[in-house]
Amino acid sequence: MTAASEAGQPAVPAPGRPEPRHGLRIFLIWLVASAIADPLIWFLLGPHMPPGAMSSSAAHQQTTINVMAVMSVPVMLFVLVYSGYALVVWRHREGDEEDGPPIHGNARISATWIVATAVIVLGLFVYGTVELIAPAGAGAGEGPTPIWKPGGTPLQVQVIAQQWVFTYRYPQFGGVETPQLVLPEGQFVQFNVTSLDVIHSWWAYQLGVKADANPDVNNVAYTKPGQLGTFRVRCAELCGLWHGAMTNVGYVVTAAQFQSWATATETRLAAVTKNLPPYSTTYDANAISTLGKVPTELGMNGAGGGFYGPQVPVQP
Amino acid sequence: MSLPVRVATLIVAFAAVVAVAIFIVIHYLLAGPPVEDFTSTASAGQVNVTMQTDAQTTVTDKPDWVTYFIKNPQTGQWDHTTLFKVPANTRVNVTILGFDGCTPLRNQFWGQVQGTIGGVEYLNGKPVSTLNSWAQCAVQHTFSIPGLGLSVPVASPTSLQANNNLCSTSPCTSGPHTVVAFSFMTPSKPGVFIWQCRIPCGLGYLYGFGGPMQTFGYMTGNMEVAA
Repeated sequence: MTAASEAGQPAVPAPGRPEPRHGLRIFLIWLVASAIADPLIWFLLGPHMPPGAMSSSAAHQQTTINVMAVMSVPVMLFVLVYSGYALVVWRHREGDEEDGPPIHGNARISATWIVATAVIVLGLFVYGTVELIAPAGAGAGEGPTPIWKPGGTPLQVQVIAQQWVFTYRYPQFGGVETPQLVLPEGQFVQFNVTSLDVIHSWWAYQLGVKADANPDVNNVAYTKPGQLGTFRVRCAELCGLWHGAMTNVGYVVTAAQFQSWATATETRLAAVTKNLPPYSTTYDANAISTLGKVPTELGMNGAGGGFYGPQVPVQP
Repeated sequence: MSLPVRVATLIVAFAAVVAVAIFIVIHYLLAGPPVEDFTSTASAGQVNVTMQTDAQTTVTDKPDWVTYFIKNPQTGQWDHTTLFKVPANTRVNVTILGFDGCTPLRNQFWGQVQGTIGGVEYLNGKPVSTLNSWAQCAVQHTFSIPGLGLSVPVASPTSLQANNNLCSTSPCTSGPHTVVAFSFMTPSKPGVFIWQCRIPCGLGYLYGFGGPMQTFGYMTGNMEVAA
């Protein structure tokens, strides 16, 4: 705007009146808005951000989401404040056909912009990279030979996926297998995730653990439950007709309750446990060496589902 | 072409498209096996459901698919369906005539009877809690309702001779078979519960879990619990 604009328009300063310091105005509005929004996000919304803080991995993921929100909200507010300010102060007025002044060559603004964005992006890159591996792999599947491991001796829990159910094997308790997932509070858990058929993905949402379940692959993930309660498990890989029903509820209990449950379960399921194959990180259903006489004579050599017995009337 | 002819052609073409759409909806999207309604047959808080498993489905165009049949409670006929309705808070007494041969379980854990009253199934009248499908020719299918924690291994004929001389025309009325009976309680609230077989018996399909394993009317279905 210039003094050459028609008189009587509010945005056009009268001769002798200095142009308002728009940059300072915008900065102050943005500063106040950010100073209000960020504490609200951190202290009010933060504790409720997904996936919660039920485990070490979940707590780190929640903190990461909160950090990202606190960093990004001022950026969003700057865009909104600038746009709102422009709409109010620099809106088109009747009779004003003049273009705004060209702005270029402001080295200070350019340098500030480049430095600020570089610091933000590189800072988040470093922070995000660290959070990808902390703590102990951040709850993600690390494959059969994990790089980031917790100290001590974690509780071993094998997650066995099949269409369309998850079961869990506890090798430190006689290799017992159960549809129930019970974990002790305050102890690192090592999940050994595998599948007996197609690809699945084991997602313990509130624990912040998600690992692909692939046949013939042991995918290791770690976490340390930190709160008592229940958590929801679901399959996160489309795996067939009842994929949507492939869910179950897990429990985090005290260490004493876990010991009691595990011991009782080992005893209760002893009869079926002795029929299970020896504990292994993966299982090959296509080659079962212990098949009995009659199944073998019927032409079976496993439970792969690909054979055709003589009773099948139509062969493909 | 005159205007009336052009209008008539347009109307006929539009009607043909609508007719095709209706045909597709009725014959493909809305088509499905019948629902066997056991709610009217409940007595003294109990209802009896009878099924059979067959190695084939010769009543359909999928003759090599394994299947369940359910006995119609009104007519006593075997219907090719896996959908049934039972009352809430009721003891369901299930009898399965197992006409199929044995298949090893991919996960031996499902050889254990789970979620039934007493934790057992009755195999030819004798209580059984665990079947070993690897060591013996022992299991042909399972009847599993995940939402109720119910999983029952359906025992198979055990001998080589029986497994080589199974009934070959469905629904089966004779031939080597087992009689598996068990009971469970329906929940107090109405709802729909899916059920499935956990044996990889969809032969020739990926990991034995395609085809009949994922098709209503064969090896999976719904149990509707009515108020």
